[in-house]
Amino acid sequence: MLDENLARHMEALASARAGGADLVVFPELGLTGYQLQDLAAEVAMRVDDPRLAGLAAATVGLSAIVSFVEEASDHRLFISAALLEDGAVRFVHRKLFLPTYGLFDERRFFAAGDRLRTVDSRLGPRLGIAVCEDFWHLAVPETLALDGAQILINVSSSPGRDLAAMHEVGLGTAASWRNLMRTYAQLTTSFVVFCNRVGVDETISFWGGSEVIAPSGETIFTAPLFDEGLHFVDIELGDVRRERISLPLLRDERPELHLRELRRILAERTEMAIDAASDPPDDRPQPGASEPS
Amino acid sequence: MAAGAGHEPVDGGGESAERLFELPPELAIDTDVALRVIVGFIRNQLRQAGFSRGLLGLSGGIDSALVAFLVADAIGPENLLCVLMPYRTSSSESVEHGRLVVGRLGCPSDAVDISPIVDGYFGRDGEEGAGGAAATEATPLRRGNFMARARMCVLYDRSVEWGGLVVGTGNKTESLIGYTTLFGDSACAFNPIGDLYKSQVRQVAAAVGVPEEIIRKAPSADLWPGQTDEAEAGFHYPELDRLLFWMIDKRRSDEELLAMGFLEAQIERVKRLVAVSEFKRQVPPVAKLGPRTTGVDYLYPRRRPGSARR
Repeated sequence: MLDENLARHMEALASARAGGADLVVFPELGLTGYQLQDLAAEVAMRVDDPRLAGLAAATVGLSAIVSFVEEASDHRLFISAALLEDGAVRFVHRKLFLPTYGLFDERRFFAAGDRLRTVDSRLGPRLGIAVCEDFWHLAVPETLALDGAQILINVSSSPGRDLAAMHEVGLGTAASWRNLMRTYAQLTTSFVVFCNRVGVDETISFWGGSEVIAPSGETIFTAPLFDEGLHFVDIELGDVRRERISLPLLRDERPELHLRELRRILAERTEMAIDAASDPPDDRPQPGASEPS
Repeated sequence: MAAGAGHEPVDGGGESAERLFELPPELAIDTDVALRVIVGFIRNQLRQAGFSRGLLGLSGGIDSALVAFLVADAIGPENLLCVLMPYRTSSSESVEHGRLVVGRLGCPSDAVDISPIVDGYFGRDGEEGAGGAAATEATPLRRGNFMARARMCVLYDRSVEWGGLVVGTGNKTESLIGYTTLFGDSACAFNPIGDLYKSQVRQVAAAVGVPEEIIRKAPSADLWPGQTDEAEAGFHYPELDRLLFWMIDKRRSDEELLAMGFLEAQIERVKRLVAVSEFKRQVPPVAKLGPRTTGVDYLYPRRRPGSARR
């Protein structure tokens, strides 16, 4: 399974190179498959695994993001996305948020990453790499943008569900993701690249629909739902500057305010009784009251 | 069951003056997306098990007719075997509608009269069968369950020589209320329509061209003459589907369901049916003894390296 997927990645890299691609993005757990359960440990690779190195070797003059089960030296398993560039594994992002609700059971089999960093790339702009559920938490795209990312990349294995006819494109999952991606691109004035898996695994159908969104929130490219494909999308990197000059949202962000309030919120949460989350303590400063010095 | 406040059923079948079926608007799905998912699912399930053929029991009703159309679409009609398995009291319309589907699809078919199997156990015309004297007085429920399981036996036997997997034909409504026979009609290798309510089955059936007379007729298990699901169980499918949808998919509380216009007695009854049939929807539990127990802490996808059986 892993060998076949490695071969598919090599083929796609070769085709992408032939097509003049600078950056090639593969979906979440593209090297191993998503529905793994106890197989996770059997397909896990260390970052220095020769198979990963072999894939990296195919990226001379090219950047690629591939995703796999990473086994850490302490044998924790992570859902990871690696940036391969110029023949080397340049950076690894470990999925931060592991959905364990509804049809998801990730936390049972995987450890959650605890670092969120952007990475310099041979491409020029810094990249912010995240995996699927990471982008269902506002702080992730925001932090990546504040850390200098101009291209936010999310690799996903999103299971299609909620087929109600009322949804855009007839699929609730697709409608939700599209809303999120456009919003993040607009609010962070960054490119957003969303790469989602296709195909059926067990009961789940992954819906594809990969997208590239401009810093204006405008959709540049949408892949068809459910169809596998290698798609080439040209982006104008100058759009980031133009958008950030005309819409200086990032300039006006107030991370110090955010940090101060987050510290307060954390402190208050720590003091709260277990069941007090919806019942704030009386001594909390009332709106309009002066802050205690 | 009362219609919820503001509930206006939309007519299935588009602009046609005559209503083909009733489709509550909240249950309407994008049939193109549904077909895409289901057809991919069928192909994948067969491929991962190493098979290229499927077979199913064609009852003449809408559920198995729809699955036959879906499987034929996914793998070609030549790779689908439809098995008609009437009992001597089965309605002649059931067999006719089964043949109509086979004719429309141009798929191979087989007919097996299950009467000797069933009568061989329960007896017939005062003659005792293998079940002994007491079995001659068996209730319709026992006889119906036996018929469903006899059909399962025939299907799984035919599956060997056909070299295909048994495709399930049960819908979400009947699964949730437990209107199925365990190890009978619910037995299958995989089920493409198990997450579609009956109303949605009708919608997809209309979209793929299941003959109108099959979509239009009253659903029946056809276990005895004149039986219909709605008369036997005392519900109306569109309303039952709506209640299940809001109760289960949309997690509405009893109070919220009452406020929507559903009747308390119906809510209670359906909740009871769902709870009491939980066992039918799950793999039988295994007593935990060893370090790793199947289904508990030995968890593998069915699709795993080496899982293809052929």
